[in-house]
Amino acid sequence: MLDRSNFADNLTDIAGARIELIERGSGRPLLLLHPAIGIKGSDPAIDRLARSFRVLAPSHPGFGRSELPRGMNTVDDLAYFYLDLMDALDLREVVLAGLSFGGWIAAEIAIKSTARVSHLVLADAVGIKLGDREHRDIADIFTTRQDEVDRLAYHDPKVGAVDHTTISDDDALIMFRNREATALFAWSPYMYDPKLAGRLHRIRVPTLLLWGASDRIVSPDYGRAYGARIPGAQFELIEAAGHYPHLERPDLFAQKIVDFVARAQKSGR
Amino acid sequence: MIALDDRREEGMQASTQGIEMKFYSFTEQSYPDAWFKDADSLRVSLPNRHCDPEVASRLYNRYLDEWMLADELGLNIIVNEHHATATCMSASVHLTLAILARQTRRARLLGLGTPIANRNDPLRVAEEMAIIDVISRGRLEMGFIKGVPYEIVPANARPVAVMDRFWEAHDLILKAMTTRDGPFSWEGEYFQYRSVNIWPRPYQQPHPPVWSTSSSPGSSRALGARGHVIATVMTGYRAKTVFDEYRKGWAAAPRPAPTPLDRFAYMGFVAVGNSEAEGLRRAELVKSYLETNTRVAEPYKHPPGFMAAADAAKLFQRVGWRGAAHMMATKDGKPLGSAAQGSVADTIAGGLMFAGTPDQVYDQIVDFYRATGGFGHFLMMTQAGPMEHADTVDSMTLFAREVMPRLEQFHAAAQLAA
Repeated sequence: MLDRSNFADNLTDIAGARIELIERGSGRPLLLLHPAIGIKGSDPAIDRLARSFRVLAPSHPGFGRSELPRGMNTVDDLAYFYLDLMDALDLREVVLAGLSFGGWIAAEIAIKSTARVSHLVLADAVGIKLGDREHRDIADIFTTRQDEVDRLAYHDPKVGAVDHTTISDDDALIMFRNREATALFAWSPYMYDPKLAGRLHRIRVPTLLLWGASDRIVSPDYGRAYGARIPGAQFELIEAAGHYPHLERPDLFAQKIVDFVARAQKSGR
Repeated sequence: MIALDDRREEGMQASTQGIEMKFYSFTEQSYPDAWFKDADSLRVSLPNRHCDPEVASRLYNRYLDEWMLADELGLNIIVNEHHATATCMSASVHLTLAILARQTRRARLLGLGTPIANRNDPLRVAEEMAIIDVISRGRLEMGFIKGVPYEIVPANARPVAVMDRFWEAHDLILKAMTTRDGPFSWEGEYFQYRSVNIWPRPYQQPHPPVWSTSSSPGSSRALGARGHVIATVMTGYRAKTVFDEYRKGWAAAPRPAPTPLDRFAYMGFVAVGNSEAEGLRRAELVKSYLETNTRVAEPYKHPPGFMAAADAAKLFQRVGWRGAAHMMATKDGKPLGSAAQGSVADTIAGGLMFAGTPDQVYDQIVDFYRATGGFGHFLMMTQAGPMEHADTVDSMTLFAREVMPRLEQFHAAAQLAA
């Protein structure tokens, strides 16, 4: 099993799990669900978003320093966990923003209930199966060399490169916890829920799909097709960014979310 | 699990138990024609266009012939499995054992082993094992293994919590083999069955002896607690630590001291010649296993969660994505470098290889046996890669006629003295 984390500090007991939760800014809550590579307080997109929102950026159970409650092993479990979290914190009118694997969780939340969600943002999200049985939509990070994964994931692969000789003990441990948790939730079917595509029509909140133009983990076309299944969803590309636009273009990434929420407000949604 | 312990005590067959030392002949049934020097990976991703079925057919039949010879020579047999690899064409322990169950007469038939956490259907494992045991009239030794990391991708098995799944499969298989008043139902965390009731039941009562492999302290103690036979593969003198950890688990169970030596197995290479030069030449051939064994592309070495995150992190900080080399050391702990690059002399000094004339091989094994505290089962890779049939047959024959009887006597005397 995933080892229970050694990081006892700064964990928050919430909705039945002890998790790491970054909270910054004020105003309308924005629940930021991180990709499989995790999230750090130093990720610049958090500060950019915190100028306009009360950003809540948890590490998913099993990821980062968050503990994994026994029996939690599907993305469905994570979706219910975040529904409980929004209840527990009494969050209302939430901007729910998910990145990659976090986008999958966000979509699974939104098909269940948007009672506490006012807007949905899916950035380079995975979670649905589009191609035929002999073609995968999502690059298999688990059978691809890491330097090649970086090349596929980033507009500028240097952004993502990890030097094993200089990485800190904590960062190395978190990196391998994140890998393990990703495999726990997304090993097979790889990075998708066969049921999800057929349920996206249930999403009735304003939805924005943001996609790195250089994303080769999961292509912009996949993003467009994802959006086409969600009533009224908008799709926008972010140039000079790959699978993680929040890392490669944090300003633009944050601005597009701010603009989207403002636009949707204005049009009365 | 607890209820099974009593039955397992009874399950230790006279055939596995006792003071007699047992020797097992092993080949990985490789396809050496595809051991390309420049291949990025000999495993998982090497396309099977490099496998000529004519050549494969000749090789399979030849390897089976060598095991039939082992049977005639009084050696026992060990079979393994890997998937999608030129290093081992045996994709199923059970298939090879099924053939040998019928074609051999005396040899114990050890499968080491079935990767039960990678199999979708442990009930099928129980059924097939029972059939092999019945056809062979109770000669099956049943090995269950976690397997190596690069088996995860071809099996598509989720690498997280592998050992949890392993132990559930293990418990289910043993319950299926020992239940006489079934059917029973099983609704576990990983496996669900509405009706378990295997036909036939195994020949050995209540079930064939159970083996597993280990090189880590934790899993060695877990095996000791259960009293299964523990095999350690080419660990050199570290085998002593593996066995000592097993003893701790055995004592804590608790089980009566001392731990019998028939709970311990070691696998090394054996190459015997009529002269030292001939033995060493054969050693060079069989050692080819070490050079090719770990030629596997990077991503397959690191299935996420296969190793505890803390251990994976430390390994990454040390060597990056390259993966750890299999390092050898002398009896006194002096480093000998990596097994993949070591010379025959290094592998002999490291306790991986036993090679030369019959006298030399005897002395090397006795020396290793003493240094590691002894073991009741000696598993011998007698063939690998480019080693041809004639060399293999001669080496096996020399071992069986000139080394084995003396080791049997030595082992019996060593135990009586203890």
